[in-house]
Amino acid sequence: MEDWRHAGFGLYIHWPFCQSKCPYCDFNSHVAARIDQSRWLQAFQHEIDRIGALTEGRILNTVFFGGGTPSLMEAATVQGILDRIRATWTLANDVEITLEANPGSVEAGRFDAYAKAGVNRVSLGIQSLDPDDLRRLGRMHTVDEAARAIAIAQSTFDRVSIDLIFARQNQTLSAWRDELNCALDFGTSHLSLYQLTIEDGTVFGKMHAKNLLKGLPEEDLAADMFELTQEITRAAGLPAYEVSNHARPGDESRHNLIYWRMGDYAGIGPGAHGRLTLDSARFATEAERQPTPWLDQTLTHPGSAERVERLTPEERAAEYLMFALRLKEGASLSRFQALRGSPLSAAGLAEMIDLGFLHQDGDRIRTTETGVMMLNGILRALLADRLSAG
Amino acid sequence: MISLDRIRNFSIVAHIDHGKSTLADRLIQSTGTVAERDMQAQLLDSMDIERERGITIKANTVRIDYVARDGQAYVLNLIDTPGHVDFAYEVSRSMRAVEGSLLVVDASQGVEAQTLANVYQALDAGHEIVPVLNKIDLPAADPERVKQNIEDVIGLDASDAIPISAKTGLGIPDVLEAIVHRLPPPKGDPNAPLKAMLVDSWYDAYLGVVVMIRIIDGVVRKGDRIKMMQTGAVYGIDKLAVLKPQMQDIPELGPGEIGVFTASIKQVRDTRVGDTITHEKKPCDQPLPGFKPSVPVVFCGLFPVDANDFEALRDAIEKLALNDASFTYEMETSAALGFGFRMGFLGLLHLEVVRDRLEREYDLDLITTAPSVVFKLHMKDGEVRDLHNPADMPDLTYVDHIEEPRIKATIMVPDDYLGDILKLCQDRRGIQLNLTYAGNRAMVEYDLPLAEVVFDFYDRLKSVTKGYASFDYQISEYREDNLVKMSILVNEEPVDALSMMVHRDRAEARGRAMVEKLKDLIPRHMFKIPIQAAIGGRVIARETLSAMRKDVTAKCYGGDATRKKKLLEKQKAGKKKMRQFGKVEIPQEAFIAALKMDG
Ligand SMILES: Nc1nc2c(ncn2[C@@H]2O[C@H](COP(=O)(O)OP(=O)(O)OP(=O)(O)O)[C@@H](O)[C@H]2O)c(=O)[nH]1
Ligand SMILES: C[S@@+](CC[C@H](N)C(=O)[O-])C[C@H]1O[C@@H](n2cnc3c(N)ncnc32)[C@H](O)[C@@H]1O
Ligand code: SF4
Ligand SMILES: [Mg+2]
Repeated sequence: MEDWRHAGFGLYIHWPFCQSKCPYCDFNSHVAARIDQSRWLQAFQHEIDRIGALTEGRILNTVFFGGGTPSLMEAATVQGILDRIRATWTLANDVEITLEANPGSVEAGRFDAYAKAGVNRVSLGIQSLDPDDLRRLGRMHTVDEAARAIAIAQSTFDRVSIDLIFARQNQTLSAWRDELNCALDFGTSHLSLYQLTIEDGTVFGKMHAKNLLKGLPEEDLAADMFELTQEITRAAGLPAYEVSNHARPGDESRHNLIYWRMGDYAGIGPGAHGRLTLDSARFATEAERQPTPWLDQTLTHPGSAERVERLTPEERAAEYLMFALRLKEGASLSRFQALRGSPLSAAGLAEMIDLGFLHQDGDRIRTTETGVMMLNGILRALLADRLSAG
Repeated sequence: MISLDRIRNFSIVAHIDHGKSTLADRLIQSTGTVAERDMQAQLLDSMDIERERGITIKANTVRIDYVARDGQAYVLNLIDTPGHVDFAYEVSRSMRAVEGSLLVVDASQGVEAQTLANVYQALDAGHEIVPVLNKIDLPAADPERVKQNIEDVIGLDASDAIPISAKTGLGIPDVLEAIVHRLPPPKGDPNAPLKAMLVDSWYDAYLGVVVMIRIIDGVVRKGDRIKMMQTGAVYGIDKLAVLKPQMQDIPELGPGEIGVFTASIKQVRDTRVGDTITHEKKPCDQPLPGFKPSVPVVFCGLFPVDANDFEALRDAIEKLALNDASFTYEMETSAALGFGFRMGFLGLLHLEVVRDRLEREYDLDLITTAPSVVFKLHMKDGEVRDLHNPADMPDLTYVDHIEEPRIKATIMVPDDYLGDILKLCQDRRGIQLNLTYAGNRAMVEYDLPLAEVVFDFYDRLKSVTKGYASFDYQISEYREDNLVKMSILVNEEPVDALSMMVHRDRAEARGRAMVEKLKDLIPRHMFKIPIQAAIGGRVIARETLSAMRKDVTAKCYGGDATRKKKLLEKQKAGKKKMRQFGKVEIPQEAFIAALKMDG
């Protein structure tokens, strides 16, 4: 069996536009005055045709519209993309088609049409349930709009997920407890709960460098918040299945599971990444990030806006470990060894088990409750023999 | 050639920050030596470290053309000197090349410790001294009081001290006239065999070794074959120039003049400041007396972070030594740190500056070990050994007793802060020798152990007196005391580079402060780390650094694998400034910062 079949095949579509740029965000998102959606549709369709030819005969398990803000796409654009997808691949019976949506009222007005086009899951960027914090995070929606968007989404789609960001400026442990409990009360079956990350190059990143971002939690408070998050979601029946993702069992994001279980996925759109196994070699693809060049190049020469690189066994194994250990289910030592051609460092593994960060159960290694918070250090220790310091 | 009576050579000396470099700016500017558009504040402070710290570290020479009020054209050679006590060797060396000194005194602060020290040096060099009262633009300036202060404290006639503001330019023409009329011209015989003093030298990436000289007798020309009398090295002069302050070629230099030359000097060791330069064919008979060697008082080890850089470090040290004759170096090996050098400095600031210059000018990453002084070990068999490095401390059963260097410190301070100063000195095992008053300033003399002063005494002094105290010291003698070696153990392993000699009575306090400080400086690891201070096998202080709890990337989706891998690699590379001790990584600043502590 080819390795990717452990996890299936998905398609990621990147919509690179937003109404405004949030100060913490380093995603490939841009604010544009005019967007000619018919040209974008055409470009996406070209790419679908091109990738379809490379992956002929595969069954497609998932589609994910990410961004940017895909809920700014006209329903006709989404419809046009999904129609072309259905014409290209056989879809799995339980195909998951997710669209990331911002909870603004305009977006919510399109939910019905998205559902008709075939979208069956939305992921809503709620971020916070505190009005002041929403403003500080540069968000355009209010708490009321968030609640309304969730309600509309729940009555429209099979499955709904919401995103929240914690460890915000001046946030206390008890404030986070209350907020998380409120979020759980909405009754969605999936939650993505991210610790606020200060990314280089963002507005927050620049402020942080100048020491202007006050009240960010210290490591210990952030760790307490993370632990509390595990407790509350577990008690509510949506335990973590990945570092930041929580779901009622069975309602995990299948698309994201393809990443973490190292399946194959094609990436379409500016800055999109993909991983495709072709003739048992695995390729990493990365598209041009700037929207206009990507669009122009793709329309004139489909595929020309994409760089392709063949992954070495070493890289494949490292990626596998980085992703698989994020999951509660952990990583398989034999799969790692098959990918790399050599086993995982026994000394590194023994040390991490000894420190109580990893747990071994036959062929499987998993992070423990303290280990999941130390994953970067664990990966450094396990891959120390191979990471070049260059 | 310029006739001797048209030359004036002088140094500008003062206590730190009294405005020497700013005065040099005005002299350079008002004589048109540097175009207006190229001027900047403290123009001569050209090193990055000087600009960052706002102080002069290296003495700098400029040649200025000045037409006096009498219509005569003069050549002035000005040497701007540093004011900080750690660079006093630069001052004494510079003074040997000139005949007079402008003594700058801040008219709001008055005489400070280095003012006094500089006057003594200038008198020793046989200088005429012209006192200049600077910063009279300040509201707090009180020129009359400061004149009195100069007469009282130094005993120098200050009646015609020149009031100026180097900031606004007020009084600068008077300074120029005083240089011409109150300072003596140099002496010398143009027809005698060449005799020149090697005043300074430095390494230039394009020109190689550049040598600065002061001609005493004779004339030197481009193309001449010259000899360094101490080292015997012979070279042909490729380039002869004066500093304005950029190099400007000149065909010859005669008596009294100051200039620079290059001579394809390969062996940097051939150039020694204080050496006498003469012609190979027609040498002078007597070399100059040379400079007094400097006496380093603070020692530490310097090691390359990357062991492969040892040769690069050796090369860098030799080149830097050209430009700074006041530090010493010899090879050293350490169990934990590998090959490096044991360096001697004139003070802690000097240590920091040399380390910084090596890192920046030669692109090296270095680790500095705990600064220490030289202890004298009196062994039971009667032998006396110098202990430069606490790591070399022999088994105590062979040691009869230990002596440490003591200093006589002179501290001047406004009387408001006197109590704080006395407490600080007392805390540092000081013995008061004298206490006198001049106006509302107190002058205290203390007998102190040098070891207590090298760490952070100066920083503490500055902070308890808001910068109003001045400090100067001389080594007085070696004296016995109850000294022990304190070791530091990190994760149960001794770190030799952190061991130190301490007084037994102060060991607990020091040990406690040290482990607390290290706890802050060592980043958390994946496991908890005990940090201990011990004397012999006995632990006297202990702290535990708790384990890191959270280090995980919150979001990681499709494309993030590439990014993530880069991040892990970056974090790994970021550890370059770290040194591995067993399983623990200790950042380099821990070695020096751990010793700067309160109390
Ligand atoms: N108000 C006022 N400030 C002055 C005057 N002269 C110098 N300063 C300021 O005093 C500070 C120190 O001046 P510098 O010229 O660097 O002093 P320095 O004596 O060369 O100092 P070191 O070389 O470090 O010993 C600077 O901030 C100058 O701007 C003056 O006449 N009036
Ligand atoms: C692709 S992004 C944005 C989707 C959508 N445009 C939105 O903002 O709601 C998906 C999620 O990543 C999270 N996120 C983005 N930047 C983050 C950061 N710097 N720190 C933590 N979480 C972040 C937010 O929760 C966001 O909803
Ligand atoms: S967080 Fe979402 S809405 Fe904000 S800039 Fe990023 S992608 Fe756009
Ligand atoms: Mg200066």
